[in-house]
Order: sequence, then structure tokens, then C-alpha cells
Amino acid sequence: MSVIVLAEHTQGTFKKKTFEAVQYAADIAKSLNTSVTAVALGNIADDQMQGLGQYGAQKAIHIADARLDNINARAYAKALVNIAQKEGAKVIIALHDVTGKAIAPRVAANLKAGMVAGAIGYPDLQNGFVVKKTVFSGKAFAFVNITSDVKVVTLMPNTFQVKKGEGTAAVEKMDVAFDDKDFKVQVKEVNKVTGTVPLSEAELVVSGGRGMKGPENWHILEDLAKELGAALACSRPVADAHWRPHYEHVGQTGGTIRPNLYIAVGISGAIQHLAGVNGSKVIVVINKDPEAPFFKAATYGVLGDAMEVVPKLTAAVKKFKESHN
Amino acid sequence: MKILVCITQVPDTTSKIAFTDNNTHFNTQGVTFIINPYDEWYSLVRALELKESGVASAVHLVTVGKIDTEPIIRKALALGGEEAIRIDADSNDPYAVAAQIAAYAKDQGYDLILCGKESIDYNNGVVGGMLAELLDMDYIGFATNVNVEGTTATVKREIEGGEETDTCSLPLVISCQKGVAEARIPNMRGIMAARTKPLKVVAPADIQPLSVITSYELPPAKTGVKMIDPENMDELVNLLHTEAKVI
Repeated sequence: MSVIVLAEHTQGTFKKKTFEAVQYAADIAKSLNTSVTAVALGNIADDQMQGLGQYGAQKAIHIADARLDNINARAYAKALVNIAQKEGAKVIIALHDVTGKAIAPRVAANLKAGMVAGAIGYPDLQNGFVVKKTVFSGKAFAFVNITSDVKVVTLMPNTFQVKKGEGTAAVEKMDVAFDDKDFKVQVKEVNKVTGTVPLSEAELVVSGGRGMKGPENWHILEDLAKELGAALACSRPVADAHWRPHYEHVGQTGGTIRPNLYIAVGISGAIQHLAGVNGSKVIVVINKDPEAPFFKAATYGVLGDAMEVVPKLTAAVKKFKESHN
Repeated sequence: MKILVCITQVPDTTSKIAFTDNNTHFNTQGVTFIINPYDEWYSLVRALELKESGVASAVHLVTVGKIDTEPIIRKALALGGEEAIRIDADSNDPYAVAAQIAAYAKDQGYDLILCGKESIDYNNGVVGGMLAELLDMDYIGFATNVNVEGTTATVKREIEGGEETDTCSLPLVISCQKGVAEARIPNMRGIMAARTKPLKVVAPADIQPLSVITSYELPPAKTGVKMIDPENMDELVNLLHTEAKVI
């Protein structure tokens, strides 16, 4: 009757979002009066696995098969289903990120488990198993009751603060029998931008729109982002015009992000853009157009020319960081 | 190669979102319904391109929905496709939707099944993955580019902070997003032809939903933006630190 959680890692290192998922799963397990088991696949060290105990995992199952060193949705789903059945798991948790989105639906369908994708709250156990998520592209919330015996929930990253405690998870090695057909998808090439915070995991984001006038002006945003330790994003017209790479595009047909701080520079704030960022905790809008709709959605607004305001903001951040160190 | 394109009906983005019956139902009054943009602009167009280039022999459309979804199905047929199938069931639970499509599709010999990355109303993005599992196929999500040669698909997909190129043999389920194709506008000929293209209504299989939305909630009204003097960025930084506590 346990809870299991997929503990994603990037080449043997767990990221903050994985600890969020483990903590979420551990808290749910506590409410259900049951245990939580973390599951990691591929190449990861035992001490990393044990460390998941600090986020509430009592047990950590490791499937070390070399074929799992690269994330493969079908094989990973098979492994999770296997473990879920062995452990008699009733709740399966994964992250609502690229990996979780590929694996969790397979697990859910296999186990005939109802699923909520993108949970932003803990399940309400008083009224069934009711999970809150955003709907209508962030314009509303829905409370979804999972009525099946087994339940799958993917957690929206950056929803809950992680609290590191004490504890060591007991590591258990397991084997899963795979077929060749589990590895039909071959990865031919991976192009990753290294050295920057991936947008979907960033707590701070600096974003530019058409008001920036051209790609040659982006250095002012890059400087601000660097000073803040923020990731860069952009609006759709900017991505369409190839001023910025398309993975920076946030909006209804781009990425959806929920950072703590979203600084929008030269973006008018059309509904389609808001759909991608309205989950941000704090929005700062810098725009020289007083009629820009984005001001209605902003926490703080600055009416001014980006080329003048942004460097001043960067300088102010730099001053702040220096005085706080 | 036979392609199945999954289409869902969604409220238009700019619709006012409101709820009735004590916040238990979405208020459809005055709401315009459209084809889910990811399905229309990306999945369907790519399928049609593959047909036009001779790679695919047929493109079929499938929707899980009641009769009120037929207008948008005709709109999709106006863009292209030989026939559409409407599975006469509600589409409130993603598992039920995937299971209905799987029950229909499993004996139809589809080599490629395309979905949109997610529907803009419920933002789940899980039907594709579930469908693949139920049909014992592979699933590649968030494709930004789809090519098929013989029985192998080459798919570029978005991953965190970058891009990955995968290959996989057919049959395959792929979810599509921006980059896969350019949106098309139906022409008069397409619209006329859509009227007589077959729209098969299929009785639903006996599938129970595994989740139900019990209520909705609107976000709290925004308390009005605090404007900061552009000459005083120190003030903004201070507020972000002490008031908003984000830095």
C-alpha cells in the first residue's frame, strides 16, 4: 500500500526538483499512514540514493541496468510498473517535466490508474483523492478526484519549498527484465545549452519581447540575468523572428513556467503570452507603453525605456548583492 | 503509411473563463469552441504534408466527443483528411479518452498516430503517452520536427534546455508542438469537400473514467500593480527582497 516516487537524476546528480518530488511523495505517504520508496534508474551512486532519506524517503530502489543510463520512456515506465506492482503501490509520483510527462502516462495506462498531470497542491484525502491543478492555460484551477484504486500524480516543479531533514534511505538493488522492444527509440543527437539554468527549473527569469527592438539589444537582458542568476526567456514574436532560440519561448504555444520572479521587458502581455507565465509568483513588467496589458497582470511595474531601465536595474541588483555578501 | 490524427475541441483562448452550478461546471455560454491549436496547426498539417509528399497513403481524424464537436471536426476535415471518426463519449478523463481511441484504433492498422502536445483547456498532455501504452507502441513527446522514411521516423524533440533527435521504427505515437508544421487556412474547396467527407460516429467502448473534476476555482483578483519610478531601481530591488522575498 505504499507510495513510490521516480527520482530523476542528470548523470548521477539529483536536482532540486527531484527533492521536491520525494518530499511531496513522503508527505502524502505520511497522510496515508504508509511508506514511501524512491526509485532511481541508471547510473547513480549509493550515497546519492541514501541522501534521499533527507527528504523523507525510507527506501530507495536502484535499477542499475546500463541500458537505462539514457532516459528511455518505455523502459523506465516498465521498471516503474514492475516496482509499483512489487511494492503494492497505490500512489505513484513523478515530476511534471519532460521526463515525467513521457513516463507517467504510460505507467498510469498500464496500471489503469487515474492521473493528474501538473499538481500544484497536496491531495485532499477527506473527499477522495482530490488534487489541484491549473487549467485553461492558467486562467483557473480545477480540483480533480482520482477515483481508481491506483493513482498517478505528476508534480509541477517549484510548487513547494524543499526542507532538508535528517535520514538515510535504505538502498535496495533490483533487476527488471527488459525486452529489445523496450529500447526501440534511439537517441541520435542531443544539443543542450550548457552553463545556464534550464528555463523550466529556473526560479528567476528575465524575458524579452518585441519592445527590445532587435537581437542586438539582448545583452542588457543577458547582463541582468547573469547578475540575478536568472534564466532567459522570450515572447513568441521574438522566437518567430529568430532573435532568440525557440526553447526560450514561453507562452501558450511555447513553454509554461512557474518561477518565483518573472521580469518581462518590452512584452505587451497578450493573453497567449500570459498563459505561459501566469503561474509566476511575482511579475515585474518593464515597458514604455502605459497601455500595455501586462501591467494589469504585474506585481510591480516600471514605465520606461528598456534600454535605460534595465541597465539601472542590473546596477541596483549588483549593488544589493555586494552589500549582502 | 496510415496516419491517425487525434483532434480535441477546446474553448477559444480569449474566452472568458467562468463556472456555473457552484463552480462545478465550465460555463459554455458565449464561448467559441475551436480545434485545439496544437492538433490543428501542427499534428494535422504535418499529417497532410506527409500525405502530399507521398509518404502517407491516408490521413484519418479521430475525436472523442459528443455531437457538439461535429462542427470543429468538419473544420478539421476542411484542411484535409479522408475521413473523421467521432467516438460518441465524453472527454473529461484522459484515460477514458485514450482508452476509447485505443479501442477503436487497435485493429485499424495505423502506422503513425499524432496528437498535440497538450489541450489548451486542461493542459494535461497525457493522452498520447497513455494511447501508446494501450496500443503497445512507442511514444515520443514534444516533437518540433517529424520526418518519416520507409518505416523509420526521425523526430526532433524539445528537452530541458535543448533539443534531442530520436529515431524509432513505426508504429509510433508522437505529440507535436511548434516547429512541426506551419498552420494552414482552409480554402473554399476544402470547406466544400468537408461537407461530404465521411464522419463516422462510433459507439463508445465500455470504459469507465478514472478521474472526475469535482470543482473549479478562479484565481484571486490581482491587487493592482505597484508602479516604481524608473529612476529608482534600488527601490524595486529592495521590494523584491523585503516585500516579495524573491531575491
